[in-house]
Amino acid sequence: MRPRDLLCPKPAGLYCPPGDFYIDPVRPVPRALVTHGHSDHARAGHGAVLATQQTLDIMGLRYGEDFAGSTQAAAFGETIQVNGVDVTFHPAGHVLGSAQICVDHGGTRIVASGDYKRRPDATSQPFEPIRCDVFITEATFGLPVFRHPPDTHEIGKLIRSTEQFPERAHLVGAYALGKAQRVIRLIRDAGYERPVFIHGALAKLCDYYQSEGIDLGDLRPATVEGGAKGDFAGAIVVGPPSAFADRWARRFPDPISAFASGWMRIRQRAKQGGVELPLIISDHSDWDELLETIVETGASEIWVTHGREEALVRWCELQGIAAKALHLVGYEDEGD
Amino acid sequence: MNRFAELLDRLVLTPARNGKLTLLVDYFRTVEDPDRGYALAAITGDLSIAAIKPAMLRTLVTERMDPVLFGYSYDYVGDLAETVSLVWPELPPERKPNHAPTLGEVVDALQSASRSDGPTVLARLLDSAGIEARFAIIKLVTGGLRIGVSARLAKQALADFGKVDVAEIEELWHGLKPPYNELFAWLEGKAPKPEKAAKALFRPVMLSNPVEDRDLEKLEPADYAAEWKWDGIRVQAVSEGGIRRLYSRTGDDVSGAFPDLVDAMDFSAALDGELLVGDPREATGTFSDLQQRLNRKSVSPKIREKFPAFMRCYDILQLGEEDLRPLPFIERRKRLEAFIATLDPRRFDLSPLAPFTNWEDLNRMRTSPPHPIIEGVMLKRLDSPYLAGRPKGPWFKWKRDPHTVDAVLMYAQRGHGKRSSFYSDYTFGVWQGALGEEELVPVGKAYFGFTDEELKQIDKFVRDNTIERFGPVRSVRADRDNGLVLEVAFEGLNRSTRHKSGVAMRFPRISRLRWDKPTIEADRIETLRAMLD
Ligand SMILES: [Zn+2]
Ligand SMILES: [Zn+2]
Repeated sequence: MRPRDLLCPKPAGLYCPPGDFYIDPVRPVPRALVTHGHSDHARAGHGAVLATQQTLDIMGLRYGEDFAGSTQAAAFGETIQVNGVDVTFHPAGHVLGSAQICVDHGGTRIVASGDYKRRPDATSQPFEPIRCDVFITEATFGLPVFRHPPDTHEIGKLIRSTEQFPERAHLVGAYALGKAQRVIRLIRDAGYERPVFIHGALAKLCDYYQSEGIDLGDLRPATVEGGAKGDFAGAIVVGPPSAFADRWARRFPDPISAFASGWMRIRQRAKQGGVELPLIISDHSDWDELLETIVETGASEIWVTHGREEALVRWCELQGIAAKALHLVGYEDEGD
Repeated sequence: MNRFAELLDRLVLTPARNGKLTLLVDYFRTVEDPDRGYALAAITGDLSIAAIKPAMLRTLVTERMDPVLFGYSYDYVGDLAETVSLVWPELPPERKPNHAPTLGEVVDALQSASRSDGPTVLARLLDSAGIEARFAIIKLVTGGLRIGVSARLAKQALADFGKVDVAEIEELWHGLKPPYNELFAWLEGKAPKPEKAAKALFRPVMLSNPVEDRDLEKLEPADYAAEWKWDGIRVQAVSEGGIRRLYSRTGDDVSGAFPDLVDAMDFSAALDGELLVGDPREATGTFSDLQQRLNRKSVSPKIREKFPAFMRCYDILQLGEEDLRPLPFIERRKRLEAFIATLDPRRFDLSPLAPFTNWEDLNRMRTSPPHPIIEGVMLKRLDSPYLAGRPKGPWFKWKRDPHTVDAVLMYAQRGHGKRSSFYSDYTFGVWQGALGEEELVPVGKAYFGFTDEELKQIDKFVRDNTIERFGPVRSVRADRDNGLVLEVAFEGLNRSTRHKSGVAMRFPRISRLRWDKPTIEADRIETLRAMLD
């Protein structure tokens, strides 16, 4: 079977004609396979959703229990038939429960990566490379300039800053699903045992991670009712980046704004955002990891989606690997 | 190298002065010699490394990677040094040196490289460093760290680090060389002050306060001497043990711009006075004559001949081996008068005293001075020693035209018609807020009062110091340590509720560019409020 007959881009997302399903559709469809819980990949209102149990749980937390007509949980490594097409979920290492979806039919195997990273992460199942004919890779950081440093190094900067500026609150911007929990866990793994304060928008997901056995230590709500400004001196406060721009942030003493994101690699990005302490921590693969993964899958053809496609396509051409950009729209990269 | 790289990154993104000081002090405390000294030299601009041109950097990197991928990367990042630091290919682990170079090693390698092997040495260093360190190395070789830290701020950090007065650091500074091991040893209390190490050091200057309402009625005229206030450039001429230096009031060495004056410094003393142009025995040049000698890297013999520099002296701080600063003004004045008589009269003269009997008298002299380059009078207490800084009481300045303020350039806008290719409309501000937390508040806008030559200079300043653009307007770097001071003259001042500052100027114009003046010494909003009509 020709790959383009097995999966093809449609306005609603990546469509599988023989299986009659979409992967990560951006608008409501009768049957959706969802790679992970970020809102640009996992949307409410589909007829039936097939995803890992953790992704289903996360969708339930974010959209309410009735986010889809029906749901079915896929275990990692278990092959499920959807209208006669073999479908298998494999860990993507991106956030808790995130999966790559392997679609196998008529002798052709395509792996849709969703979003993925290769670095060890205590809050997510580790990525597994899957041999395939076509590998559909994300390209969020698909430029040679994106090279993520070790996350432990970045967390070290944060902790050193709390020692340098013990009178200032450290506000760490991190997206609510995945990044926030990973950052808190890294802070714990660095030996920081003081309470970490969290914005209300993170509470549900942090509770969920803890209930899944991921220890995040002593978390407290970052509210000042009943407390003084000085209570947050030298404290680490984690919240969604959007909260730091509004009144909420003004309650803290002379705050230092930190932001945990792969985009912080570019100085101008940090400057424009008024970030004093950029933490280059990403839940996506960096350039070197994208290349390494492409090679490991053994795929003879690479399809590139959401991100900076042109550089990755160029690199594949230089290696003699067929590559094209899918030009799917609607993926805004909530997670980094 | 990594600590230095991290320091640079933190400094760029830390807006508050106190935050920058904390970062610098922490760096000095936790990093060892000689690295911290080289970092200091890099920040103060005292590190000399042969420059590598951007084109060479581009060649080095495109020899190592696909030029198309480099092009995509550079387009995205927009900064060459940063792009190269990020995309520089990592050597495979077995070929990578197992030791990342320290800042000291990087500086050694770069300083000992010849012109022709500079690029090879640079490439080897980039191979052995990580991303952040590569960025710092490239910044060192391409010149200009641009981290928003002035030499003065760095010296303040040293003072905080060693818990000494910044004046002590400034006084020592020119006698010291990177990596400043003896300076750090002293600041850490491990060695004596490296005081007599060098000759012809700068002495921190004594500054005056403006005469304000009711100041004078509390003072006794007989306790003070008056001098004319010359509208030149405050300088300090120091010559000791064969070393001659001419310093600006902030301790910058400006000898290079005034070789004619330095040639005449065949004495052993430290003099305080005003730099002017002309022949003091015949005529003193105007401020626009003086402008011909300012802000130039080198001065042609023709200009030197047409506008010879001389120094009109009003104080003597050192004579031979003797430090005269503890002596009362009247004593120093006697020594000064005797000493000036022995110098080349074309290059040095005495700023004469202006005798007066009462304040009325002095007020008349102030408002109708005998020479156009006099901008008022100075009052100096006869019994006052020479003190660094701006002590309240011993010295006053009383300006002729009360309607001028020193303001800081904040925004510049493109002009119209003939001037549309220049940034020629300027918004300027003065300081407000508590000491140490000053902020600039805009007080007016002016678009005339400067010459075409000055317009070009300001335009260049604006382009080199832009921090943000909004359409035709650029906001320029203006903080405690960086920026351009404009002397603004105006006809009057009204209260205004429309302006954040609460004041509105009538007919403001730029009367002088004060390249020599540190921004923090610009006027405060209180000074303007006191002038309200
Ligand atoms: Zn995505
Ligand atoms: Zn995602």
